[in-house]
Amino acid sequence: MVDRVSATDATVSLINELKEIHGPLLFHQSGGCCDGSAPMCFARGDFKVGSRDVFLGVINEQPFFMAEDQFSYWEHTHLIIDVVAGRGGMFSVEGPTGKRFLTRSRVFSDEEAIILSKQPAQRAKDLDDVEGLKTTS
Amino acid sequence: MDATQSFVYPGDKGAKLMPKSRYENFIGGKWVKPKDGKYFENVSPTTGRVICEIARSNAADVDAALDAAHAAAPDWGKCGPAIRSNILLKIADRIEENTEMLALAETLDNGKPIREGFAADIPLTVDHFRYFAGAIRAQEGTIGNIDGMQSGGGNSAQGMMAYHYPEPLGVVGQIIPWNFPILMAAWKLAPALAAGNAVVLKPAEQTPFSICVLMELIEDLLPPGVVNIVQGFGVEAGKPLASSNRVKKVGFTGETTTGRLILQYASENLIPVTLELGGKSPNIYFKDVMDGSDDYISRCVEGFLHAYFNQGEVCTCPSRAVIHEDIYEPFMEMVKARVNALNCGTPFSLDTQVGAQASGEQFEKIMSYMDIGRQEGANVIFGGEKRSMDGALSGGYYVQPTAFKGNNNMRVFQEEIFGPVVSVTTFKDEAEALAIANDTLYGLGAGVWSRDANICYRMGSGIQAGRVWVNCYHSYPAHAAFGGYKNSGIGRETHKMMLSHYQQTKNVLVSYSEIPDGFF
Repeated sequence: MVDRVSATDATVSLINELKEIHGPLLFHQSGGCCDGSAPMCFARGDFKVGSRDVFLGVINEQPFFMAEDQFSYWEHTHLIIDVVAGRGGMFSVEGPTGKRFLTRSRVFSDEEAIILSKQPAQRAKDLDDVEGLKTTS
Repeated sequence: MDATQSFVYPGDKGAKLMPKSRYENFIGGKWVKPKDGKYFENVSPTTGRVICEIARSNAADVDAALDAAHAAAPDWGKCGPAIRSNILLKIADRIEENTEMLALAETLDNGKPIREGFAADIPLTVDHFRYFAGAIRAQEGTIGNIDGMQSGGGNSAQGMMAYHYPEPLGVVGQIIPWNFPILMAAWKLAPALAAGNAVVLKPAEQTPFSICVLMELIEDLLPPGVVNIVQGFGVEAGKPLASSNRVKKVGFTGETTTGRLILQYASENLIPVTLELGGKSPNIYFKDVMDGSDDYISRCVEGFLHAYFNQGEVCTCPSRAVIHEDIYEPFMEMVKARVNALNCGTPFSLDTQVGAQASGEQFEKIMSYMDIGRQEGANVIFGGEKRSMDGALSGGYYVQPTAFKGNNNMRVFQEEIFGPVVSVTTFKDEAEALAIANDTLYGLGAGVWSRDANICYRMGSGIQAGRVWVNCYHSYPAHAAFGGYKNSGIGRETHKMMLSHYQQTKNVLVSYSEIPDGFF
């Protein structure tokens, strides 16, 4: 098993803080301009995940998703979700804390790539054990 | 203007712009405190220093703004295009008279070099209000003669006319980004106001200050409640606005995930949304450009450097350079020489060409892409590091103009870095150039450089983007439609067709019959 996404200690801490306020959360990697190319964090019931969005894994018990078309360009990399000082991120819930989630990346090694080729990524519609997740079945 | 002029840092002794220590919301024609009395600090990315405090609003403030907008909307919608047009013209004049102050405010808040404020942001803003002032005066509905047509009732044989009226939507919500704070406000406000709507606008929390300077300048020109500004954080102020059932439409410029979320809210409220979500625009250089005159070739080289305009923080940044392999070496030599000559000094000097990135987190994001580019095996052609600045600027966010060489499958070729970073690749023939251009999730902008009219035509036709620049780039005149294909969004801006995004069509179908239809 190779993880597709992981979190730094700072991220784990910030998630703990946000869970207290908002309850269960989810992450969705955004693309495009301004606050894009960065993860968005929402209360789990606030964002309906696309049925074909790819489930990358879990960070501090919160699911992490990415659009399927975007994933096809990302799948050779491992994502490390970090925290930096900042303001913004549109409706991402950490905005008021003065911190911002940031996606760092690492290219998978050849060995990892081989393991991953046998570990197809799940789509949101195939998940049945993420409580409170909204998606089209 | 003396090109060596440097402006005193706003707020310092002798400065031409003195920010206030605190700015409130602008609601119902007045500056109103946020209901919970909370504020947040706004920092200048040029120095890292605090500029001022800004209102930190929540849903209650959004509701107050919507109350004011709803009170103002009926009269504003009915007063007639000439009245609205004349107000927009006065706004344009007022902005033009205060170009320097607004350019300074924009540099302080966003980090862009003051030269760009004078040359692009403010003049384009002025022109936008003038354009829509004209467009609304010239707008016409249509009349259709239905006499004698089959209409299933209404006795069209006896005489029937269809009158089509464009009418305002009412109250609309707009959420704008931080890369061109004043210009993006103009792109959204001018058509919405021209069309007769009242607006609640949420500026980006990274750049909330310059729009306050703008509103202070023009507030006396607008009827109270026609424009309302609610400041705050996205999750606290933007979300209640975007999800409100009291707006008839949402206009948004930003990124894909929030675009999807706003569409979700809109689906609950059955309202239309226009979105502009960014791009990864290719700038394509055909071999024949080197057959042009020295001036023309110089223009092509400048086209590459347009990637550094606004520090790369443009949705249409030409962040992929796709160059014919036969001219790659000589072309890139010219590019390197031009980049080495760039003036990257203080953003407050009129000589400076590349300024500060707009925020700390944007700086961090750009640096993380420098890292992934290298990991993926892209070669650094030039740049690749942050820029250290001296003195007061040492706390700001500065990055070197950078270029990577790689292939189009790399993440630095596919994702919007939104910084002064170009990913460069080569092509062999027109088919490959087109394939590379279109191999992206986005479709906002593209540049085609060639002296062959047929190549330009075919590429312009084949590229799946809403804006294809031919032998130019980063030109945003009003009356040229702008918007995205694919994941870059929905709808068009900067053209009179945008009026239709802020209006609805009333068809008054009039029968002249004096006898029953014959149904009942």
